[in-house]
Amino acid sequence: MSVNNKQVEQIAKLARLKFDENEIENLTKDMNKILDYMDQLNELDTDNIEPLSHPLDLSNVMREDNLKESISRDDVFKNAPSHNEEFFKVPKVINK
Amino acid sequence: MVLYRDHDEKLDLLKAGKLSLLENVKEFLKRIDANKDINAFNFVFEKDALESAEIIQEKIKSGKFGKLAGMVIAIKDVLSIQNKPLTCSSKILENFHSVYTATAVQKLINEDAVIIGKTSCDEFAMGSSNENSAFGPVKNPIDKTRVPGGSSGGSAAALAANLCDASIGTDTGGSIRQPAAFTGLIGLKPTYGRVSRFGLTAYASSFDSIGPFAKNSSDLPKIMDVLSGQDLNDSTSISSSSIIDEDISKIKIGVPKEFFAAGLDTEIKSRIDQIISILEKNFEIVEIELPNTKYSIAAYYILTTAEASSNLSRYDGVRYGHRSKSNINLQDLYESSRSEGFGDEVKRRIMLGTYVLSAGYYDAYYRKAQKVRRIIKNDFEKAFDKVDLILSPTTPTTAFKIGEKTDDPLSMYLNDIYTTPANLVGIPAISIPIGNDSNNLPIGLQFMANIFEESKLIAVSKFIENNLVKK
Repeated sequence: MSVNNKQVEQIAKLARLKFDENEIENLTKDMNKILDYMDQLNELDTDNIEPLSHPLDLSNVMREDNLKESISRDDVFKNAPSHNEEFFKVPKVINK
Repeated sequence: MVLYRDHDEKLDLLKAGKLSLLENVKEFLKRIDANKDINAFNFVFEKDALESAEIIQEKIKSGKFGKLAGMVIAIKDVLSIQNKPLTCSSKILENFHSVYTATAVQKLINEDAVIIGKTSCDEFAMGSSNENSAFGPVKNPIDKTRVPGGSSGGSAAALAANLCDASIGTDTGGSIRQPAAFTGLIGLKPTYGRVSRFGLTAYASSFDSIGPFAKNSSDLPKIMDVLSGQDLNDSTSISSSSIIDEDISKIKIGVPKEFFAAGLDTEIKSRIDQIISILEKNFEIVEIELPNTKYSIAAYYILTTAEASSNLSRYDGVRYGHRSKSNINLQDLYESSRSEGFGDEVKRRIMLGTYVLSAGYYDAYYRKAQKVRRIIKNDFEKAFDKVDLILSPTTPTTAFKIGEKTDDPLSMYLNDIYTTPANLVGIPAISIPIGNDSNNLPIGLQFMANIFEESKLIAVSKFIENNLVKK
């Protein structure tokens, strides 16, 4: 499979990334080269193979739902680019 | 004390009062300053290191001290240390400070190691040459025109240049073993889950492992025992038995022919052949097959970019990290902050990962790669029914020149051909230095073992250290 410039622009939108025309051109080239290499997986018959999402066979373990101390709001805001006493601040989301 | 042999010896000298830890740390700080051109460190903790040296010196005098007392360790800058910067060598985290300490680092501190600083790496641990750092490439101390490998290139360079006693890296597809091979060090990627990932910045969560670089085999089990253990803060961490001094005299070593096919440098191949002929006198060596490992790189780069694209969606300029001045609306804030903050390789991987996870391509790429991951795992399970250890090269070439592969992402990815299988499967693997090529560049030999069999890897590393005369 291969991608064209338009598809790459669409993927960029999904990934919340911005590229200029030149960058899109290069990305398309790079991605096609890499995807072309990845296509070799199609040589393998995987019809009856169960997908593996994790290297170790772990099963889920439940714990008691106890409250414990977490990171304080003050600590969290130390790294925030913009905030008031209670919230992170972002540009206006809803316009009238 | 540049002539560091191992921690046992250093601790004896410290106990006997023949070595001052404070002077030792001062010496390291001087050497770090004199070797700034290597660019191994993102941050040096001069004041903290000197303070803890004094405290630990007193503890040693009093007779009550931790297992790693006085070991001077450098930490890859993807691991959190409270109130210290954490950049992952990315502009997007340029001004970030950690609010808690990673479990692995805390365990080293609890055992009285001295943390001397944080080392450079490829941005978010994505790369095989340490050229993807937003703060400049790291040079290989053995030949400064060459890369130290990556992504844990700073940790490898720092130790190879004697700027610390040991260092900590992370390995998602070879990021400890490949730089270890390129700089002549021992590098160990533990079993997935043996070391807690709490406080490690996530790249590909089902692959990431934290492990040590060392100059000798006797430091490895000490560091590993401290790092290991289940952690309530990482639900994938597993309690494991401690590393023992294992008798390997009766083990079988498998040599997979697929790892010696086209693409392997002839000098590396002939050096490994020599080593095999020496090992044959002591161990049973058999040829084995891992027929599907040739699909490792393709499966690896599909799965890890998918996990990365998801993990890195957290960098949105809202809660932490770089926020763009261009923010006319929320969408623009996300896009501008991410586009200004991430470097080219990180963007490329986010794009690939987003694509392989997107509707219509998920089954063809992501699901397919997950199935191939199982097929490769089956290959290894079959192999470990027959043998205890698997021997292979660590890298197809020795350290390459800075700039040599930066224009061709795929050729950079192919560097990880021998190292990615262990991460896909979750098994431990080690790179051991076995001499130099004709350019005087170090060659690494890789051993892989079944899950939680790090003891065998360390035992074979000791054997090679004691029995092989380096070329």
